Amino acid sequence: MRSFFLTLAALAASLLLFGLFVAFAGASPVDAWVILFKGAFGDWFSWQNTLQRAAPLMLTALCLSIPARAGLVVIGGEGALVLGGLAAAALAQAVPFLGGFAGSVAVCLAGAILGAAWIALAGWLRQWRGVNETISSLLLAYVAIGMFKHVVEGPLRDPASLNKPSTHAIADSLRIGGIGGSDVHWGLALGVLACCAAAFWLRWTPSGFSVRVVGGNLRAAQLVGLPASRLVLVACAAGGACAGLAGAVEVAAVHASANASLIAGYGYAGILVAFMARHQPLAIIPVAILFGGFGAAGSLLQRRLGLPDASVLVLQGIAFVLILASEALRDVDWQRVAQKVFGIVPPEAAPMRPGVAA
Amino acid sequence: MTIDQLVTFVFAILGGALRVGAPFLFVSLGECITEKAGRINLGLEGVLVLSAMAAFAGSYLTGSAWLGVVAAMLAGMLLATLHGLLCTLPRVNDIATGIALMLLGTGLAFYLGKPYIQPQAPQLPPVELAAFAGSSVVRSALQVNPLLPIGLALAVALGWAFGRTRAGLLVRMAGDSALATRALGYSVGGIRIAATAVGGAVAGLGGASLTLFYPGSWNEGISSGQGLIAVALVIFARWSPLRCVGAALLFGGAGAIGPALQSIGVSWGYHLFNIVPYVLTLAILVLSCRPGQLAAGSPGELSSR
Repeated sequence: MRSFFLTLAALAASLLLFGLFVAFAGASPVDAWVILFKGAFGDWFSWQNTLQRAAPLMLTALCLSIPARAGLVVIGGEGALVLGGLAAAALAQAVPFLGGFAGSVAVCLAGAILGAAWIALAGWLRQWRGVNETISSLLLAYVAIGMFKHVVEGPLRDPASLNKPSTHAIADSLRIGGIGGSDVHWGLALGVLACCAAAFWLRWTPSGFSVRVVGGNLRAAQLVGLPASRLVLVACAAGGACAGLAGAVEVAAVHASANASLIAGYGYAGILVAFMARHQPLAIIPVAILFGGFGAAGSLLQRRLGLPDASVLVLQGIAFVLILASEALRDVDWQRVAQKVFGIVPPEAAPMRPGVAA
Repeated sequence: MTIDQLVTFVFAILGGALRVGAPFLFVSLGECITEKAGRINLGLEGVLVLSAMAAFAGSYLTGSAWLGVVAAMLAGMLLATLHGLLCTLPRVNDIATGIALMLLGTGLAFYLGKPYIQPQAPQLPPVELAAFAGSSVVRSALQVNPLLPIGLALAVALGWAFGRTRAGLLVRMAGDSALATRALGYSVGGIRIAATAVGGAVAGLGGASLTLFYPGSWNEGISSGQGLIAVALVIFARWSPLRCVGAALLFGGAGAIGPALQSIGVSWGYHLFNIVPYVLTLAILVLSCRPGQLAAGSPGELSSR
């Protein structure tokens, strides 16, 4: 409960700071807030845009959150996403007779498997050699992007794509369509499903519990004989599979081929979503929708107020810093603070601040 | 490959090592100072991008490249100070804060730097190391960033300061044992904030060499993870400022392979050669890390493992 209110307070404070920031640029903060919410949740059109962006965010946030429960900080989700998209496009190109539902599943699986292998590599380097997984996963992301560019501009390039090197477009029967004819594709359902499955796995199954024990206290896990290294690898692979799936879905539902549009920073935005959800898979769903919404509102901020499109990045950065800083307020005794501020008040009558109940 | 091509290639690598290596040198020195005091600043990537933008904007607005350098140092110091302050709060982890500042720094730089993508800014004047050479290839390869000699002097000075000065020893003490520092009556938080801020200013020089010397313009893809590689470089250099010089030049050379091959007409695998520094970093990490054991020379308080 306290976490929830701390997060909410941090979010409100970051919107406030963002308003101040916008005011320096000569725009009205109130306008900025209104446009931010209109562009994100104002009408059905913006909702569609929001949900379309939320789908990959949920999956890339899981790429951080699942390993985080095993005690790792893996921030290379962008690499797994890019490679997942590449694997999906490559499979569709290599096996031309793929089609229909089974074909779509195969394409998504290909993405998930390559993504899983990529993040598991970072986990393996840590368990095997003690290489810091935060640094190695980020370096691996740069390696993945380089390999992606090489393959897309070289061996798998569609000669017809002149200005923007792309792979051959995947067959129409492999494309993932919209839910009920809207622009919101089934990737959103996959994202929600993945979050629920991760929550179920971590909360209700023995193996998920073991992962949490390894993350909570490695020594205790080893004392009771849990296979810590294997569990860490499983958690990394599960997270990587989610990010790889995100890439495959982006290719199959949005871009139709693997090209540079896939490198859109979903992996990095997912880091923020995961931290804001405090690595709770179920909390990722609303947070991803919120930040998908802010992303969707970015172009509207640019058009209406003339703010650079990077203003959403600034908002994300401020929110991230404040979320981390809000951890410092966790141990504050709010009743004591209220007493100090408002004079001597008996504890029962102290103004009920949110979070006290927790 | 003809002799001419070979000469071109070798000097392209050498010149590239000096040009591409300069930002690596400054960022790794900055990270080295920060880590000596017991903190890891992954946010130096954000510092690098923000200071690169500040350098370009400063140079463009004032008309003096050296004022741009000052702006870069200030911007780097401000962002790094924020990191230092945040990390002193209870329950705030330096790795997570670094990631947050990486996002914030790049976001701020892209936002504030929007108007400076097109124009040209006054550049730092190159130092001609080979003005006497007859070949124009050799001459242009050895035009060196004027900040590079400063960086070399800084590395030597830091190596000396960490061993022989009161301030250097204080920083190392805060990095090796917070308890000992407190027992002697010094503020651990204060020392670490100061070290992080100075590290940010030094890393800011790296940002300045990106936009004011090579590649010499501001755009949103100006840094491709040099700030992160620096963290690995410091491990490779075993926390010694002098070894940082060698490491930075090695990585500069590795980063120059792709462009050097392109200069002699080999365009195959351009992107593959560009990932050589990252692969090299990973290889070095694999070779220099041991599970469950601190790397030699590592400050005792580092929370990375």
